[in-house]
Amino acid sequence: MSKQKQVLELDHVVVRFSGDSGDGMQLTGTLFSDASALFGNSVCTFPDYPSEIRAPQGTVSGVSGFQVSIGTKKVNTPGDYCDVLIAMNPAALRANAKWVKAGGMIIVDADTFNEKGLQRAGFKTDNPIEELKLEDYKVIFADITNLTKESLKDSGLDMKSIVRCKNMFALGMVYYIFDRPLNYTEHYYEVKFKKKPEVIEANKKVLKDGYNYAGNIQAIANTYTIPSSTTIPKGTYRNVNGNTATAWGFIAASEKSGLPLFCGSYPITPATEVLIELAKRKDLGVKTLQAEDEIAGICTSIGAAYAGNFAVTSTSGPGLSLKSEAMGLAVMTELPLVIVNVQRGGPSTGLPTKTEQSDLFQALYGRNGECPMVVIAASTPSNCFDFAFTAGKIAMEHMTPVVLLTDGYIANGTEPWKIPSMKDFPAINPPIVPEGTEGYMPYARDEKRLARSWAFPGKKGLEHRVGGLEKDFIKGSVSHDPINHQKMTDIRAAKVERVKEFIPEQDVFGDKEGDLLVIGWGGTYGHLLTAVQKIREEGKSVSLCHFNYINPLPKNVKEIFGHYKKILVCELNMGQFANYLRMNFQEFNYNQFNKVQGLPFTVVELVDKFNKVLEGK
Amino acid sequence: MAENYKYTPQDFKSDQEVKWCPGCGDHAILSAVQRALPEVSNALNYDIERYVFVSGIGCSSRFPYYMKTFGFHGIHGRASAIATGVKVANPKLSVWQITGDGDALAIGGNHFIHAIRRNIDINILLFNNEIYGLTKGQYSPTSKLGAITKTSPFGTVEHPFRPGELVIGAQGKFFARSIDVDVKLTTEIMVEAAKHDGTSVIEILQNCVIYNDKTHSAITDKENREDRTIVIRHGEKMVFGKNRDKGLILSGISLKVVTIGEGGFSMDDILTHDAFAPNPGVHMMLANMEYPEYPVALGVIRNVKDSTYDDNVRDQVLDVMKTAKIKSVDDLLHSGETWEVK
Repeated sequence: MSKQKQVLELDHVVVRFSGDSGDGMQLTGTLFSDASALFGNSVCTFPDYPSEIRAPQGTVSGVSGFQVSIGTKKVNTPGDYCDVLIAMNPAALRANAKWVKAGGMIIVDADTFNEKGLQRAGFKTDNPIEELKLEDYKVIFADITNLTKESLKDSGLDMKSIVRCKNMFALGMVYYIFDRPLNYTEHYYEVKFKKKPEVIEANKKVLKDGYNYAGNIQAIANTYTIPSSTTIPKGTYRNVNGNTATAWGFIAASEKSGLPLFCGSYPITPATEVLIELAKRKDLGVKTLQAEDEIAGICTSIGAAYAGNFAVTSTSGPGLSLKSEAMGLAVMTELPLVIVNVQRGGPSTGLPTKTEQSDLFQALYGRNGECPMVVIAASTPSNCFDFAFTAGKIAMEHMTPVVLLTDGYIANGTEPWKIPSMKDFPAINPPIVPEGTEGYMPYARDEKRLARSWAFPGKKGLEHRVGGLEKDFIKGSVSHDPINHQKMTDIRAAKVERVKEFIPEQDVFGDKEGDLLVIGWGGTYGHLLTAVQKIREEGKSVSLCHFNYINPLPKNVKEIFGHYKKILVCELNMGQFANYLRMNFQEFNYNQFNKVQGLPFTVVELVDKFNKVLEGK
Repeated sequence: MAENYKYTPQDFKSDQEVKWCPGCGDHAILSAVQRALPEVSNALNYDIERYVFVSGIGCSSRFPYYMKTFGFHGIHGRASAIATGVKVANPKLSVWQITGDGDALAIGGNHFIHAIRRNIDINILLFNNEIYGLTKGQYSPTSKLGAITKTSPFGTVEHPFRPGELVIGAQGKFFARSIDVDVKLTTEIMVEAAKHDGTSVIEILQNCVIYNDKTHSAITDKENREDRTIVIRHGEKMVFGKNRDKGLILSGISLKVVTIGEGGFSMDDILTHDAFAPNPGVHMMLANMEYPEYPVALGVIRNVKDSTYDDNVRDQVLDVMKTAKIKSVDDLLHSGETWEVK
């Protein structure tokens, strides 16, 4: 049937699935991503969904999207623009056409392009292609809804269930275009609908019919293949998103410390999956408490930390605001606690489902009094595991609260992850006071870390009182002594600063010196790395210094900065990290690139900015 | 401590100087707690390291510093949440929350009702002096309508909470009331609260000698106390008065005070207190009795068995672990869809 069609080899392709938020686009995208990962490609995904669960059907505000980037070589971003857009209705086309590469392919469900659909999507004429100026694009009008109905007319399913399968028809088409095997997805149906054999069969049939349909129509001239990689390190892999990796990293820290994990938390987008993931893990003894509010989330965790559990709490921006006072209590009582903040667009309720990095100052300073805290940031979906583990290790060994910053982009984004082995992770040794220790002094410290020791209630002879009032330097009883307050303020700061001695030195991608040092932190890593790689291919002297340890900063930062002619700090806020660096290293001049649109950087705009800074514009 | 060691109140006194105002009702409550704990220890075989006192902010919340037990002085309103975390982390601990009417019912109202709803096994001592003392005299959520305070110079215009009603409304399983000056009764109630599995709330009518002196004196003064309060105990007739000649009966759907021997009422007509009754109807009416229409009820008003949050959490974890396929983080990481790159 398609013998005359050419199979072209590509090393990288980006596909965007879009439709109504009830059309199952997140699932469709995930299945494509999983099939590609299992096939041996490098994969990076970006779900882009509205905060309304079911916005009015057919409107632009209800459009949900899922972008997948697959490649033979390591892929670090979900791609700025897509090669293929699947739009299940006119609104999806309207919302996403701007994300298609010039001349790219657009597959639409023609059955939805009727007068009503066009009107709902806000088109003024009956020609959306002209209206959106898509004449030079390869737009394929496929009767996806009707073909799905036809395909499943004998399936025994009711009409509503049949129409619900239309996303799988579209997926079948995409599988044909990109030469993907169907068996991974068929296996998924078998597991997912184990108890509904008719649904398994229906999905398999419609997927296959979509696949064959794409092969039959003349509109699709070529198919493409993205060969599996030969450079990916050997091992066992899985897909993981940032929120799951964060939750698992906490469990890993619990296992390594030998202390039970407690998570008091309150649901909030986009952090909820951390709590959901932990709630599943009763098999590993994890205790989760869905609190009455954000404040109770952190306060139950502080109580659990006092009682000797490894305690964490998860939240996002507005929730972090509510937790601020209690975070101060954790600083004052010097208890281990990890607060993970999955950042979203702010201020106030802001953009709940969109990504941003604008809580950095809040994490660093958003508390009353002199209240320093360790702040670290994960930078990829999978390294959320490593930094959640590290946050736990620092919290417990240094007896301090730690803020772990992730963001909506890495929290929801997925990537294949070479599964680590727990034997390769270090032990965690909190300074736990043995039962029966004589003359226990709650605020006496070890010289190496300046950490106080941890005495669990229930252990004989260790009865002591802690609290939010200023503490005596040694005994920990209430003290209003002026000199003592100064001393305690100094030691709390010094304790956090001391963490510097226990974190790795900062590294740089590129050259040890050069024309431009690009600086970033947290979830922008994939985009910054890709942009720096790209501009280096053009022979430009640009390097990347990407931070995970924010407070304290690694020891060698100043040394690094001094070797570049120019510095450019790129972040998804209005310049918080740039200003933090200005405060810490005043001798350097910092250029800034800032964006707050609820979206990640694009590689194009980054490269453009690098060039401008290099040219002195 | 060695086995069979008999604790004394002295064992529970810390070396910290007690800094409440002279004449403050808190002194008597501290004394009652220090008398109650040896009894609890003997009854339940608890050693001193098992007790944790958690508080919020306010005069009463300084309490943990005066106890020689584990203690946590938290932040304003959050003691219930902190205490919940302590108990879930280690269900063997005997957790006591010390709080006031502002701390528990204003800023901490949410945590208070949710702790009760969950029925977490903690004991909450609610010191009710109907005023903010530590901030020097502003009205609280329990100040009487019209109370003149620094922030209500013309009298409050808001209706107060009745703590018992709030507790029972939040599905509370244990509610008791005492008065600061009656150390013996307070001690007796605290032992009952400690024995109760689940959230126990004890409202203690407490006098603030500086900012709200004598707010409870109409009922707590010795000369009138027996006529204006009724101490109720499970299984006993609800009788009160200097001459023990008054009692409570159910008249229609309300409680009514009658004099025994008058109007044809005999002891047989007087209600017998059933603190264990799951139906909260009578308990609610008892908790809401106010002087002068009624005597104010003291003692354990409600004491009902139910499953507790901390037990449920523990049992669920143990239950899931029994049949778990995932037994380590390595297992977890390899669960679900994985693939090999060779």
